[in-house]
This record gives sequence, structure tokens and C-alpha cells, in this order.
Amino acid sequence: MTCTEFLAELDEMLDQDVAIPLRADLQEHLRCCEHCEITLNTTRKTIQIYRSHELYELPDSLRERLHTAIMAKCRKC
Amino acid sequence: MQAFEKLVRQYERQVFRIAQHIVQNREDAEDVVQDAFLKAFEKLDQFQGNSKFYTWLVRIAVNEALMRLRKRRTGRMVSIDEDVETEEGSMPRDLADWSPDPESMYGQSEMAEILRKTIQGLPPGFRVVFVLRDVEGLSTEETAESLGLSIPAVKSRLLRARLQLRERLARYFKKRDSRSSQGGAK
Repeated sequence: MTCTEFLAELDEMLDQDVAIPLRADLQEHLRCCEHCEITLNTTRKTIQIYRSHELYELPDSLRERLHTAIMAKCRKC
Repeated sequence: MQAFEKLVRQYERQVFRIAQHIVQNREDAEDVVQDAFLKAFEKLDQFQGNSKFYTWLVRIAVNEALMRLRKRRTGRMVSIDEDVETEEGSMPRDLADWSPDPESMYGQSEMAEILRKTIQGLPPGFRVVFVLRDVEGLSTEETAESLGLSIPAVKSRLLRARLQLRERLARYFKKRDSRSSQGGAK
């Protein structure tokens, strides 16, 4: 398996959605390719970091103001 | 009206986050949230139960957000197809491994700033796919439906968004005392 073929399956690897025979080929490639191992691990970490940080919080005061404005507009129409 | 208010309560946070990721500006995001829920309310009779209400609502919100971006750019067309033809991200270049615990390298607010800045650098068509799929947790099918894209298009953009983000974050999270790996792509 080449790196390009491995990359084509990267999302499936990350989402753990790989058929068993293909999984064995991918694991075999990972054993001898540091480049793809790093790519897989750091891409996985990228997703985890974005999932665990709330970048755009909606503060309660703003949420209440927005909610009131939405419902007022809906009642008018 | 009461049932709709319940839906607003349930989804306002998510819609606000998605809107802000697209328009990258709090005031515009507030307008997008209001307009999206209003439009959803007006079109409620057009909602067909064959998709989830949330997926349908996200589609409305994404369209509103893109329209808002277009207004801000004085009428220049903005679509989720913009800038997606770039070759960047199709093959990883930076081979350096990351620190085992990159989050310990920065304070909480500094980290949030790095993550915001990094994701803001992606073309909108990649950014929105990554946000819906990886941050908000929609399935590939729901993401495709929300954006009016095919499933292969979502998969291709997601891969490239993930790789571009990884590549851009590497400059912050690299192991500080190691040299880049010498192994290259085959």
C-alpha cells in the first residue's frame, strides 16, 4: 500500500469505519511508515482538540436576548 | 408556538456556533440566528418529516450565514464551493510529530485563540464541513443534506479540511526539541 492509498482511507480510519481485511493492510502500512503514523495520530488529535474546546460560547445573557428577539419576531408574523 | 419555542431553546446554541464559524463575527452571527429561526418558523409547513428538524434548520442557517458573508463582501458571490479547488491539504507536507500533550503548551485562552485563528484560515467550504461533521457531530449523510452536497463531496472536503487544520496546527504543537522526520510520502 502506498501513502496515497493510505490517505484515501484516512477518514475511515479516523471514524473507525474500515472493513476488517482493509484494516489489516492499513495497519501493516502504518507499521513501516512513520509519515502516515504521524499524520493519522496528529489528525486524530486535531479533531479531539476542536471537539473539546468551545470556541464560540453563547453567554446566558446574550442567549436570553436572542431568544426573546426570535420569539417576538415569530409572534409578529 | 410553544412547541416551536422549545425547538429554539434546544438548538439556539448550536445554530449560533455554526453561524459564528461561518461569518466569524458576533453581531452577524446574532442576526443569522434570528433570521434562521424566523425563516424556519415561516416555512414550518414546508418541513417534511423525512429529514431531522435539526438538519433542515442547519441548512437554513448555513444559507443565511453565506448570504450575510456575501453582503459583507459587497455583493461578491460567496458559496460553499468557494476556494475548494486548492491543492493544499491533499498530501501532508509537515512530517514533524507533535508534542505528546499539545494542550499543556498553551493557556486556555491562548489555545482558543490559536484554534479560532487556524480554523478561520480555511476556505468556507472546508470550514463548514469540518464544523458540522467533527465539531457538531452530524453524520456524513446529515452534513451532505444540510449543505446540499453529495456524500463523496462531503468526504473529500472533510479529509482536506482535517489535513489542512493538522498542517496549520503543527506549527504550534510541534515537538520543540525534535527535528522533522526524514521519511517522506511514498
